[in-house]
Amino acid sequence: MKRTKDKSLRRSGSVAVGALALAVAFSADAEAKTVLKVYTALEEEHMPIYEEAFEKANPDIDIQWQRDSTGVITARLLAEKDNRQADVVWGLAATSLMLLDKNGMLDAYKPQGFDQIKDQFKDTRAEGPTWVGMDAWAAAICYNTAEGERLGIPAPASWADLLKPEYKGHIVMPNPGSSGTGFLTVSAWLQLMGEKEGWGYMDKLHENVNSYLHSGSKPCKSAAAGEYLIGISFAYPGVALMNEGAPVQVILPTEGIGWDMEATAIMKGTPHLEAAKKVADFSASAEANALYNEYYQVLARKDVAAKVPENYPANEGDMLISNDFYWAAASRDAILAEWQKRYGSKDAPKS
Amino acid sequence: MAVGNGRPYLSIRNVNKFFGGFQALKDVSLDVFPGEFVCFLGPSGCGKTTLLRAIAGLDIQDNGSIAQAGTDISALPPSRRDYGIVFQSYALFPNLTVAENIAYGLVNLGRDKAAIRARVAELVALVSLRGQESKYPAQLSGGQQQRVALARAIAMSPGLLLLDEPLSALDARVRINLRGELKHLQRRIGVTTIMVTHDQEEALAVADRIVVMNHGVIEQVGRPDEVYRNPATAFVADFVGHMNFLPATRGDSGVVRVGGVELRADLAGVTASSGGAITVCLRPEDVQVRGLQPQQPNVLQAEITSLEFLGAFCRAELRLGSAEDLGLAADFSINAMRDLDLRIGKMIPVALPPDRLRVFDAEGSAHG
Amino acid sequence: MTDTSLRTAAFPASRAIRPIAGAEEWVQRLLIVLLACWLLVVILLPLTVLFRKSMENADGAFIGLANFAAYFRDPALVQSLFNTLTVALITTVITIVLAFGFAYAITRSTIPFRNFFRSIALVPLLAPSLLPGLALVYLFGNQGIFKSWLFGESIYGPIGIVIGEVFFALPHAVMIIVTALSAADQRLYEAAESLRTKPFRIFMTVTLPGCRYGLVSAAFVVFTLAFTDFGVPKVIGGQYNVLATDVYRQVIGQFNFQMGAVVGLLLLAPAVLSFAVDRIVQRKQVALLSARAVPYQPKRRPAIDTVCLALCILVSIFVLSILGMAIFGSLIKFWPYNLTLTLAKYDLSVGGAGGWASLWNSLIMASLVALIGPAVVFGGAYLVEKTKVWPWARMAAHFLAMIPLAVPGLVLGLAYIFFFNAPGNPLGFIYATMAILVVNTVGHFYTVCHLTAVTALKQVDAEFEAVSASLKVPFYKTFWRVTVPVCLPAILDIATYYFINAMTTVSAVIFLYSTDTKLLSIAAVNTDDAGNTAAACAMGTMIVAISAAARLLQLAVARALRTRTQAWRGP
Repeated sequence: MKRTKDKSLRRSGSVAVGALALAVAFSADAEAKTVLKVYTALEEEHMPIYEEAFEKANPDIDIQWQRDSTGVITARLLAEKDNRQADVVWGLAATSLMLLDKNGMLDAYKPQGFDQIKDQFKDTRAEGPTWVGMDAWAAAICYNTAEGERLGIPAPASWADLLKPEYKGHIVMPNPGSSGTGFLTVSAWLQLMGEKEGWGYMDKLHENVNSYLHSGSKPCKSAAAGEYLIGISFAYPGVALMNEGAPVQVILPTEGIGWDMEATAIMKGTPHLEAAKKVADFSASAEANALYNEYYQVLARKDVAAKVPENYPANEGDMLISNDFYWAAASRDAILAEWQKRYGSKDAPKS
Repeated sequence: MAVGNGRPYLSIRNVNKFFGGFQALKDVSLDVFPGEFVCFLGPSGCGKTTLLRAIAGLDIQDNGSIAQAGTDISALPPSRRDYGIVFQSYALFPNLTVAENIAYGLVNLGRDKAAIRARVAELVALVSLRGQESKYPAQLSGGQQQRVALARAIAMSPGLLLLDEPLSALDARVRINLRGELKHLQRRIGVTTIMVTHDQEEALAVADRIVVMNHGVIEQVGRPDEVYRNPATAFVADFVGHMNFLPATRGDSGVVRVGGVELRADLAGVTASSGGAITVCLRPEDVQVRGLQPQQPNVLQAEITSLEFLGAFCRAELRLGSAEDLGLAADFSINAMRDLDLRIGKMIPVALPPDRLRVFDAEGSAHG
Repeated sequence: MTDTSLRTAAFPASRAIRPIAGAEEWVQRLLIVLLACWLLVVILLPLTVLFRKSMENADGAFIGLANFAAYFRDPALVQSLFNTLTVALITTVITIVLAFGFAYAITRSTIPFRNFFRSIALVPLLAPSLLPGLALVYLFGNQGIFKSWLFGESIYGPIGIVIGEVFFALPHAVMIIVTALSAADQRLYEAAESLRTKPFRIFMTVTLPGCRYGLVSAAFVVFTLAFTDFGVPKVIGGQYNVLATDVYRQVIGQFNFQMGAVVGLLLLAPAVLSFAVDRIVQRKQVALLSARAVPYQPKRRPAIDTVCLALCILVSIFVLSILGMAIFGSLIKFWPYNLTLTLAKYDLSVGGAGGWASLWNSLIMASLVALIGPAVVFGGAYLVEKTKVWPWARMAAHFLAMIPLAVPGLVLGLAYIFFFNAPGNPLGFIYATMAILVVNTVGHFYTVCHLTAVTALKQVDAEFEAVSASLKVPFYKTFWRVTVPVCLPAILDIATYYFINAMTTVSAVIFLYSTDTKLLSIAAVNTDDAGNTAAACAMGTMIVAISAAARLLQLAVARALRTRTQAWRGP
């Protein structure tokens, strides 16, 4: 009894050290496989499906995800610029990857099947591609049919419709500062209408907007829940909720829609370059594109016949504007600063 | 008691201790002899506890040295000194039984269980706590707790027993009983003992020698009767027992002038010159009221202005006849009260015996 | 024998003593140094790096206060500062008034169920701070049950933030004010009554002054909480930007770490100020209650008791309806169109942001924190309070231990990124692991635990160590055999406090988790961010349930402990 007591005397020291070691052990797998740190902004429910397919094809590689929303994961990657943690990025907005590229954080690699990737979905510079697209997600308007009926306000068909006075206080959209969807939407307006007209449009839209939310999917989900009538968002969450029976309608405005790609890139300096290339290869494969197609309609590969997911707007591919990603990525800071200056100090939501 | 003979067991030399800018001990030197029971006596803040803690190594002095049994222990940590200690709070381990408390140090020595049990039984008997061994401190009375603390402190047969106000948390009656037992116990085991107390009565009752301290300085070291009868300083005179302090001036040739009266007194050691301010001290019980002789010196007329019945005696406030504002406390036995029919307002003759008058310079600095 | 004869003895006079340190003292010094290093690493160094970051440009070059200048040139950001002050002040006023009334009712009235009411007021401690926000969406959102109560005002904004923060801050204020009001001396009231003082005058001259320090202290605590909280404005703030959401947006949305650091420091400033004032107030409060005080015995006063009861019921309804609505919301299939009850939202494997793993992560993290935290905190407090070695080191450790109280979680989290992720930091290996979450959480809630431990240790006899040394028993044996058992209730308190806070915390760890270590509270934030309010409610409810279970477990263990140790603890 006495001896055990004496031993545990140094508990304040040894327990702490032991438990810390335990905590570290929890977070690190002790397997012999190559462990790849893969950063992503994929939807949570897509990740296990992609992972399973990849690890089946590459049994010697173990994927360890680091997932967050576009803004968060991009910020994290930048924060870790001098202390790289990620080996590969699989499933992050191309504009974000371009930002990383601008900081010299990506390795150029041409994956197998690169020829089959549509030109718009890959980095086509001569020195080699630092990123390769997977699929596109595009802006959409979610409209609550039940609320619309109750309020007697019809569904909008175009971006221009959103300026109508009857929508005043009924629109929510993502804040481009925090949401990838918000940014692609704003950048699309500026490209569609030109800078001056674009800002003019947003000035007027601002009068009708109730709130700017921090995520891209929340406006759609809030609209589906009747919290707001209209949410500027992207198609996928609206489609998913529609399939669950929510009174929501996904509208692709007639002027054309902004979009961004989920894309893949290899982090410069990764000690697992070969394994990282396997991810890049898989991500660009026809097999993977077929998986992407379960949730997205517009795919990177030419040779995969894209089917339309249930209730997904059939014409999404036709509605995409011709997006200048390089311009968008390069102007990102300026656009966000201007947006913040114009709309960031809104005190309280309008009711 | 062989006090003052042979080699001191504990030698304290020129010890100084500062707490920030406050000097708690000023050049303190003291010898304690083997088997002696010494009391550090003084008001709170006088440095007595600081000195005890320096001896214990709990608050080591800034300079000066302390030697115990011939070894310089000045710089040693408490764990490498040889003493047992009892604190005012007793510091009994509340989650351990009486027996476990007493055996606390013994167990750590790794002695075998039977030996420990035997020693604990011996100590329990010594402090009269038989039958209480398996109780917890919270289940004991204050006096019993104090005994446990004492037994624990002497369990390892230390060379020195330190007691820091060990009785002050107890009721008056328990305190008086326990101090007797404490003295008895100390005699029996013969351990050199230092007790800190602010209670002069307690110090007078138990100590072989009393060390009176004030403002970090030792005012007087001496046997209880010496300290009581011959206080070295006005402070000691005031602190030990009751004392009248009469403002006076020095007259010529063995005379002091109190109010309008001249009194004879022993002026040895008084530095004030003739006409200089001095203080004349007298204990209330030394005011003589019976058996006054006709030629007796220092006899005055006094008026009894108040009487306080204190059981075995009465304390009277006297106004000395010649001086309106000169008051004096005097203790009169109940017998004297009855025999002389003392009551308020009565004028009586009282004597202030010259050999009982102590004279100090007015500032309070004393002769040795 | 005289002093002069002693002075001539063989010892040289006036020799400065350098105390010899025994093995034990060296062990203590080593432990103190370890403690100080630990506190440096978990608190001070990260904050230092944060300071430096706020004066760097994006390339890491020193630019002085240029970032701060830029901040104050940006009207949107300055507006946030103003907004934050506004909601924090309003929250403070409302919370203190409610909490005072409530605390008065449960300490000074004779109404029934006072203990029950007190427990109700403490319920918000069990919930993550985003929970009231979620509940308010259901109660007052555009589809809310009581939307009409807002007279057309929107819940998304200052109104929602204030209601949520009042819920969140109420228990803290109630606890402090109850303590202050409990320390009343019956004799003062008897004296006042014997002088025929009117009740209102007694209230103004005895009751209020008696607890004024408690009120000031509570006001600062509430202000700091409301000023720095992230969960409530994140969920219900709408367009009403506050500093806490600004930091998040600067870092997460705009990748602007430098400006994030600037806002973080602004967030720190008033907290530091209130912390300083609070310390001063605390110091003044010493010995307000003398040892001889007679505890106050409330008397029946029908009119006042009725008001007290009404207030208690109202506050309880407020707290319970928010919690109840969050639970109810988690059970609804699809608000507001399909009100079928379902447990489907509790299946974290479906569409959740983290899945069951986040629940396990939270439990593992909270358990580790509840294990390591008390060991480190109590051991540290013991070294600071009970050892004698190196006073400057112990004071430094104590000072460092006080800092976390003034550091909002968001700021600490941000500081951790900068510090642990800096290239060349040998501790960088814990970045993005469970270890950093544990370390951060132990550090984040260090102060309250440290103070609890110090208070408990102060009540332990100051001479145990001296007695132990005189008996030649090493200090650590006495620590283990006596000090720990005596302080076990406090240690249990600390462990529970750590566990519950580790379950509910969002602000610090939101910058630090990785996918493998995502916590349930963060999953709830992300889930709400993605628009799944009901699933977020389910996660919040799970956290409340687990925290409540932990609290009940603590009560049971404490009771068992009391029974077992009654013999020596006394009645």
